[in-house]
Amino acid sequence: MSQVQLWTYIVVGITFAMYIWIGYSNRVRDTKGFYVAGQGVPAIANGAATAADWMSAASFISMAGLISTMGYDGAIYLLGWTGGYVLLALLLAPYLRKFGKYTVPDFVGDRYYSQTARLIAAIATVIISLTYVAGQMRGVGIVFSRFVGLPIEWGVVLGMAVVAFFALLGGMKGITWTQVAQYVVLIVAYLIPAIAIGMLLTGNPIPQLSFTFSDIIPRLNAVQVDLGFKEYTQPFQSKTQLDVLAVTIALMVGTAGLPHVITRFYTVPSVRAARYSAGWALLFIALLYTTAPAIAAFARYNLIDTLQNATVANVIEGEKQNIYELQYPDGTPVSWATSWQKTGLLAFYDKNGDGKIEMHPGAAFEGKNFKAPTDSTNEVYFDNDIIVLANPEIAQLAPIVIALVAAGGLAAALSTASGLLLAMSSAASHDIYYRILRPNATERQRMIMGRSMILVAILLAGYFGINPPGFVSQVVAMAFGLAAASNFPAILLGIFDKRANSAGAIWGMAVGLGFTLVMILLMKSNVIFGTPAPIIKDFMGISAEGIGTVGMIFNFALALIISRVTAAPPPEIQELVESVRIPRGAQVVEGAH
Amino acid sequence: MTKTKDAPKPATGKGGGGGGKKQTWSAEKAKAYWRRNLTLIGILLAIWFLVSYVFGILLANILYGVPIGQIPASFWFAQQGAIIIFVILIFVYCWIMDRVDKEFDVNE
Repeated sequence: MSQVQLWTYIVVGITFAMYIWIGYSNRVRDTKGFYVAGQGVPAIANGAATAADWMSAASFISMAGLISTMGYDGAIYLLGWTGGYVLLALLLAPYLRKFGKYTVPDFVGDRYYSQTARLIAAIATVIISLTYVAGQMRGVGIVFSRFVGLPIEWGVVLGMAVVAFFALLGGMKGITWTQVAQYVVLIVAYLIPAIAIGMLLTGNPIPQLSFTFSDIIPRLNAVQVDLGFKEYTQPFQSKTQLDVLAVTIALMVGTAGLPHVITRFYTVPSVRAARYSAGWALLFIALLYTTAPAIAAFARYNLIDTLQNATVANVIEGEKQNIYELQYPDGTPVSWATSWQKTGLLAFYDKNGDGKIEMHPGAAFEGKNFKAPTDSTNEVYFDNDIIVLANPEIAQLAPIVIALVAAGGLAAALSTASGLLLAMSSAASHDIYYRILRPNATERQRMIMGRSMILVAILLAGYFGINPPGFVSQVVAMAFGLAAASNFPAILLGIFDKRANSAGAIWGMAVGLGFTLVMILLMKSNVIFGTPAPIIKDFMGISAEGIGTVGMIFNFALALIISRVTAAPPPEIQELVESVRIPRGAQVVEGAH
Repeated sequence: MTKTKDAPKPATGKGGGGGGKKQTWSAEKAKAYWRRNLTLIGILLAIWFLVSYVFGILLANILYGVPIGQIPASFWFAQQGAIIIFVILIFVYCWIMDRVDKEFDVNE
């Protein structure tokens, strides 16, 4: 066993023991504890929990790499996955907290005095969370296989077991406090290698400062142009301006409509705490999200610069790919390049045999067949994930840091998975079972139902983690579009438009959700149904990732128009709206549990 | 976007859920409180839209020639500045609403 592996076992072991201990010491007995952590989570802790809940394995491992490839256009993720918190803090969180129940369908069903509206919101919650969670479980498996050498399946099972332990015992309370710990693990694991590589390339320990004020970006721009790429900072290289706009809106609004994020704001003690915890959440998220573009640029510069100066010292014939051992001009080996080629995430092919590896635009290989070079002059393939994963080795950090990155990736995946599992199971056990089917269920029955639904959700997520449908990774980003087109308009109008009624909300949600779902299926039919090509390429220039924006507009328009041509909501509903708008005041909602 | 047809009835005795302090909450006061909130939200969301969508996307090519530090201004807004300003906007909302809540005596 290598030193890195040994450290990984130790660090991952310690963090997992910590999560289990936290879960055990936060066991709950009643539904209020199970669904909303007894509404006793301090604002700053809820902020950290929300940040961990929010930042998935994709944010942690893949986002910097995506930005590195997309350059300017990577802003869709940076803006799209942060801007929604402003919407949450100003438009949704304080009022939902004042309303004070357990779930998104709770609000939608009560506000629109309709079991149909409740059911649609519950179904939307399950669809959104399920598409999202499958990728998370897979992420746990992948991190295990990469760092510990465990088969992916075993990694998934291990992740399921840990999540099951603290989610079943502690419900929302257990999940919340483990997420706080997971945030600390993931942010430390993200920042240490980022600071180290920033120091190495610019001499400045703060990545955000060296990104803006050092000459690294101008140097990167210059070297990109030399190699035939466009400038790194040139906008709209990978997407059109219209599509960048639509995708950013869909991701932002979707963020504000994601059930597992909204539910977090029910767990704080007051309206004021709901506002502040949105601020803390975004501050904690911004720590990672302003570091990611710096890593993206630094790592890309380092990759290009290393390849430009290095020469091929030796080539080892491999079964799947030839391993090129490179050396710097002074004769020292480029060891990280060798070790990452062995994982299949990095591949070279010295096509012109000049003893140098050259990076140019275009695909270097036929797909992922690293024995089949294309005619393009590009000699490099790299997987986006390598931008984050290889940093500790590039910066020559101790093995314990590499182990910490593994623990950070696992924390990111597990925290997001647990939040999603709770959102999904509470839609089934609280909204559908208790609020629709069995309103007379006892507290004991509801707890049993809550725990069994979490178990079902974990098994389902685990199944998809082990047998991922081919399209999972393709549709995860689309969960946002679905949330933007269904939940967000219904909640927003429910608070800000007193005239919004059940007919408007039901039609708005049904059409918004239906349109977005159908469009995604048509645009991604090649991966979902296996058609030779997508049935439609785009909708008026907008891609599947951005289509939720159009669905959202339909939802808003229908809800506003239909609400105005049908009967106004009953007086007690208008009073409910009045009451959620004021932080303190009589509880109009009957039965606050 | 809110159009209230029938003004909410002046509900008296909506004493805080815990404080037990007597509170007179008239329809006018409720309206004034909500208007203050909406104005603040409007201003903050205008800034939110400006720094992300306008500076980062709609004017991306125009602001490309203007530098911030060593990088184009639009690039800075799109990958750093807007995110930092988002955080500030939320805390500004929290602070101002704290004062508004106190002024209207609806603070918790």
